[in-house]
Amino acid sequence: MTIQFNDETFRDDYSFHNSEWAINRFPFPFHEDSYMYSVNMEQHKGGPSGSIYENRFDVDEHYVSEMRDRAMVLADDPLRCQSLPHMTLAGWDLLELIMVSKSEDYPDLFELHRDGDKWRWVNKPMGIDDSFTFLDETTLPYGPMEYITRQAQGDFAVLDQRDDNLWMDAGMITTQADWSLDFDIGMNFFEWHAPVPLAHEKGIFIRALKFLLNIQQGSPARRLNWTMTVNPLLDTSPENYHKWGVQKTELTPENLGSKQHLRVELQTFFRLPRSNALVFPIRCYLCSFQDLMKMPKWGRRLHRVIRDLPEELATYKGFIDNRPMMLDYLSKFDDGLPTSPGIWPDKETEPPLQVGS
Amino acid sequence: MSGAEKIAVTVTDIVPLNDLVTRFKFERTDGGLMPTFSGGAHTVVEMQDGDITRLNPYSLMSDPMDQTAYTISVRRDDEGRGGSLFMHNNVKTGDEMVISYPVNLFSLDLRARKHLFLAGGIGITPFMAQIKQLERFNGNWELHYACRTEALGSYVDELTSKHPNEAHIYYDDQKQLIDLKNLLDGQPLGTHVYVCGPKGMIDWVRKTAEAEGWPREGIHYEEFLAPQPGKPFEVKLAVSNKVIQVGEHESLLEAIERAGVDAPYLCRGGACGQCETQVIDYSGNFIHRDHWLDDDEHNSGEKIMPCVSRFEGKTLVLDR
Repeated sequence: MTIQFNDETFRDDYSFHNSEWAINRFPFPFHEDSYMYSVNMEQHKGGPSGSIYENRFDVDEHYVSEMRDRAMVLADDPLRCQSLPHMTLAGWDLLELIMVSKSEDYPDLFELHRDGDKWRWVNKPMGIDDSFTFLDETTLPYGPMEYITRQAQGDFAVLDQRDDNLWMDAGMITTQADWSLDFDIGMNFFEWHAPVPLAHEKGIFIRALKFLLNIQQGSPARRLNWTMTVNPLLDTSPENYHKWGVQKTELTPENLGSKQHLRVELQTFFRLPRSNALVFPIRCYLCSFQDLMKMPKWGRRLHRVIRDLPEELATYKGFIDNRPMMLDYLSKFDDGLPTSPGIWPDKETEPPLQVGS
Repeated sequence: MSGAEKIAVTVTDIVPLNDLVTRFKFERTDGGLMPTFSGGAHTVVEMQDGDITRLNPYSLMSDPMDQTAYTISVRRDDEGRGGSLFMHNNVKTGDEMVISYPVNLFSLDLRARKHLFLAGGIGITPFMAQIKQLERFNGNWELHYACRTEALGSYVDELTSKHPNEAHIYYDDQKQLIDLKNLLDGQPLGTHVYVCGPKGMIDWVRKTAEAEGWPREGIHYEEFLAPQPGKPFEVKLAVSNKVIQVGEHESLLEAIERAGVDAPYLCRGGACGQCETQVIDYSGNFIHRDHWLDDDEHNSGEKIMPCVSRFEGKTLVLDR
C-alpha cells in the first residue's frame, strides 16, 4: 500500500487532519464503557491488517509533517533529545531495530543495505540516502538515537536496566503529554511516575515494573494510554505550557467538536539486544471529537467514560474545567444503546445513532 | 506458552576442552542469522531425554556481534540430575535442538569506568562474551580466574595469549589464591565487580566487597542453581484442579509442566523471579533454594519458586 502523506501543521493554523482511512484505524483506547488504570499489557506481535498494531513501527499519513514538526521543536530546544554517555550502544540498538523493522515492513518506503558494518539507509518519504559505518558515531550527522528518531514518529524513552529498576537515561521527547525529558533524565521508574494519582495505591507500578524488567528479546509488548488535547498539538510539553495551556480556555460549545482532540498513545516496549536496555516508544495519535463521532459506538462510549471518570483522573489529565462542556457535546451522541466489547468501531454491526431519543 | 521465544538450531561443532568441559556450537537450522545479544546473556537449551524434556540454562560465550552461531560450554556434573550428562553423552554433531532467545540476568553496567571480573571454574563462560563485547568498544576490564588445575583451566590459553595484561589465572592445586582484599582496594573509582562461580566464591566476594565499603550497586553476581534431587512429594494445583507427584529427580516446575500445565519461567535457576507462585495452603516445610524471594517471604509460607525449591510434608496447594 502506498501512503499519501499529508502536508499539515501541528501549530499556528493547525491544518492537521485525519483522512477517512486514518479515522477508521484510530486506536480508540476504551474497550468498555468505563476506564480505570490497569497493567493492560499485551504482546506486540502484529494485529489486524491495516491497523496501527500490524507493524512494529506504524507509519501513517502524518509521517512527513510530524518529522518536520519535530525538527522545529529541536531547533528551538535541543534538550528535548538527550543521551547519557553509557547509552550510546542502546542508541545503535534502536537505530538497528527501526531500520530493520521499517525496511522489512515498508519495503516501498525504506531500504536498508548491509555489508558487514557498512550500511546504507534510504528513507524515500524524507528524501534521505545515507551511508555510514555501524557502531561508528563519527559517520552519522547525529548520535545514533537522534539520527533515527528524527525519522520515526512518536517519542522514544530509552531506559537502562540495572539494580532491578529502569532508568530514564536517554530519549527523544517532542510529542509528549506534559512531561519533560530534561526534568526526568536519570530518574528511575518510581521517581518519574511519582506524580500519577491513584495508581500507586493500587500497586500498579510495582507490578508494571516487574513486567517490564522481564520483557525479553523477541517478545515486545504494548498498551494504549490516553489524554485530552485542545487543538492538534504534538508538543504539549511543560517547557511550552505557557503557549498551549491557555488554549484550553478557548473552547466554546461551537468549536469543541473540531478543537477538542482525544490523544492516544500507543506505548510499545522492546528489549534492546546489544545493550540489554529497554526502549519505550510512545506514539501519539490525535483525533477530533467530531471525527470520533462518525463511529456510533465510539460516540456512545466516549460520553460514558468521560462522564464517569474519577475526578482525580480528569484533573491529572488536565480537562476537569472543560468536562461539563465536553459532556454537553458528547451526550448528543449517546442514545443509551449498549455497546459491543473491545476497542474496534464495529461499523458494520453497531446501530446508527437513534436521533431524537 | 511460557519462557522466552524459541530458535530451532543444529549442532554444528562439539569440542571437548578437558575432562569435564565440552563446547557446543549452534547454528540456525533454517540458515538464518541468530539474534545479537549482550554479554552475560544465557540461553535455555531443550533436551529430549527419552520421555523427559530437560530445560537447562547455559551462558552464551561467543562474540555477541557474531550472528552466525552461538556457543556454550557445558561442565559435566556426574552427581546432577542428568542435563549435562545428556549434553556430553547423547548430543552429536548434526543433531537438531531447540534453544531460547537470549535472556540477560547478568548484564554489564555500562556506566562503569572499569569492569573487574572474578570467575571460578565454569563461571568463566559469561565473561568470555562480555570480554569480546568490551574489546569491541575499547572497554577497560580485568579478569581474575580461579581454576582447580591447569588441566581443567578452560580457555586459559586463549585468554592469556590474547589478553596477557588483563587476564590473571590462579590454580587451586598450586595453592594460588586471589588476593581479593588488596585487589578490591586498588581499583579506581567507578569500578564495578562481577563474580560468577560456585556459591562459596560468590558469597566471599560479596561479603568482602561490602566490608570494604563497595556500594551494593557496584557488585554483580550470577549463580544458576541446578535443581537438587529430594524426597518425592504431592502437590495440588488449584487453578487447573490437578494433583501431581513431584519425583525424586525432577523439580516442582518440571512436574507442573509434565502435568500439562503452562507455568511461567525464564532462568530455571532461582534467579529471575518469573516462576514465582502463590501458596494457597500447606502443612509441612518448604525447602527454599532460590535467590529471588527474601527471608521474610521464605518464612511467610505464601510463595515458592518451583524451579529450584521443594517441599516436605502432608499438604501443599498452589495457585496454578
